[in-house]
Amino acid sequence: MSFFEIENLSLSFGGVKAVDDVSFRVTQGEVFTIVGPNGAGKSTIFNMISSFYAPNAGRITFKGTDITQARADAIARIGIARTFQNIELFEHSTVLQNLLIGREIHNRVPVLRQLFFDRGVRRAELAHRRKVEDVIDFLELAHYRNERIANLPYGVRKKIELGRALCVEPQLLLLDEPASGLNPEETEDMGFWIDDIKRDLGITVLMIEHDMSLVNEVSDRVLALNNGRVIAEGSAQEVQNHPQVVAAYLGGAA
Amino acid sequence: MRVLFKTDYNQDIQIAKHSGYVFWYGLLLLAVLAAPAVLDTYWINELTRVLIYALAGLGLMVVTGFTGQVSLGHAAFMAVGAYAHTFLMMQGVPFLLSLPLAALISGLIGLMIAIPASRMTGLYLTIASLAFAIVVEDVIIHWESVTGGNRGMAVDPPVLFGYMIFEAWEYYYIVLALLIGALALVLNVLRAPLGRAMLAVRDSEISAESLGIRVARTKVLAFMLSAALTGLAGGLFAHFIQFLSPETFGIILSIQLLLMIVVGGLGTVHGAIYGAILIGFLEASISILKDVLPPAIGNQPGLEPGLFGVILVLFIIFEPEGVYGRWVKLRTFLENFPFYRRNTFKRQRSYLKTERMR
Repeated sequence: MSFFEIENLSLSFGGVKAVDDVSFRVTQGEVFTIVGPNGAGKSTIFNMISSFYAPNAGRITFKGTDITQARADAIARIGIARTFQNIELFEHSTVLQNLLIGREIHNRVPVLRQLFFDRGVRRAELAHRRKVEDVIDFLELAHYRNERIANLPYGVRKKIELGRALCVEPQLLLLDEPASGLNPEETEDMGFWIDDIKRDLGITVLMIEHDMSLVNEVSDRVLALNNGRVIAEGSAQEVQNHPQVVAAYLGGAA
Repeated sequence: MRVLFKTDYNQDIQIAKHSGYVFWYGLLLLAVLAAPAVLDTYWINELTRVLIYALAGLGLMVVTGFTGQVSLGHAAFMAVGAYAHTFLMMQGVPFLLSLPLAALISGLIGLMIAIPASRMTGLYLTIASLAFAIVVEDVIIHWESVTGGNRGMAVDPPVLFGYMIFEAWEYYYIVLALLIGALALVLNVLRAPLGRAMLAVRDSEISAESLGIRVARTKVLAFMLSAALTGLAGGLFAHFIQFLSPETFGIILSIQLLLMIVVGGLGTVHGAIYGAILIGFLEASISILKDVLPPAIGNQPGLEPGLFGVILVLFIIFEPEGVYGRWVKLRTFLENFPFYRRNTFKRQRSYLKTERMR
């Protein structure tokens, strides 16, 4: 039984085959990266894992359970958290509130007791807060704790979104272009964090990324997609030197 | 400017964040408690009206301000609360039991509406809530055995432990106590997981779902809480106006409630209160103004809704954050004086949202 597996996944939008018969496996504890030019179908795969789209064919399994038909809000409960390419934070809330929302699936207090905010609710809130503070320490967000998202620069928001996904305490973390919009220094930091997430937190990472320096630095294995199809799989070096990958990026006879 | 030194996570959970809260809100509490001693009956009544509006506005704020679902039918929940309360009292149910029952009935109807409505978003939900309000109005007209139909229904004064409440100031205290209770409830929700889930659903449904928030459930709970609070306000309103008829709870009242929370400051508890003060006293001022103005203008039909519309438009253009937003800006200016930066509250371009998937 593999940790996370995608088998023969396909999805068409009208006549366009966005994802065409894609299969791959992610082993527990690795960083697996998907690369490919724009429109290759990378984010579409993520959105199918998140159950925002239902695939036309194929299967997604996580630790032996078929999650292809799971509801979108069940995915986090199963142990898969994600970030978004263009940042989907709750803009009118503070950093702290955003991170606390990441604790939703660990919340066990019934609604009626929340109305009266009894001792048990407070105790649960304090426990959530301690977990959130761990993430704040991990990503060095202490400085921004009480800022509203709307007042923060892009690079910091990117970090907060990563933090919010970590607050879910997932087993598999989906990162949709973690380095897009970051400057070289921030990109390097992102690389260290992804490494730490793998090593210290023991979270498996499935990532989409364009920045090849980051891909080389953190990926254990790389998958290349073009026009919805898998064209290469292997180490970062192997994939970058694969003739079809070169052709996909630079054009030419494939 | 006050700098808080935080040493305990409880400080972020506490409703009163620092001694300033205790002082100013304590002062406000004393002021509203002492108000009946210095005001005459007319103004006590006006104040009671403001408190009831604030309660109804608070209800609408839960669903529109915090959960982001615009409802144009909240007057219907007030109607349900008012008629249920009056009907139950006529059946001999005591005031103190009938009022929560009316809120519960209103909440359950809110639940019934919300289950299909939670699948709708934006404009469609607003139209559906409007349709609901029209249906309720028709039901009130035709269900004569319960509502008295077009003839209307007289409401008896409330009886509390065998003591009949006749005086305006006595009723004022009852309404005040219930408003404070409702405020505590809403503030509790806002600092609990449900409140955060509501804000999450308002700001990004996609992202909320990916974090495991059950979006439909959150909307339904918000709708139910909102309907219950507005229904409670309706029950109190019944005694205030002393006579119920179908046109009392028409579309104008729904718009007025929505206007209140927008003008007060959408998405804040303060906004519901400020909005109620503004709109509540506006009605009083208009009726005073009518006597002063030349009859050609003062007796124009539709003067009131016209003025409401003008105010709404002005706020949307010049201060979308409402009265409360303006106050926060003023406060920040004073706190940071003379170091206030002009662009502190400038609205920035928001970064591109992930393409909406449905």
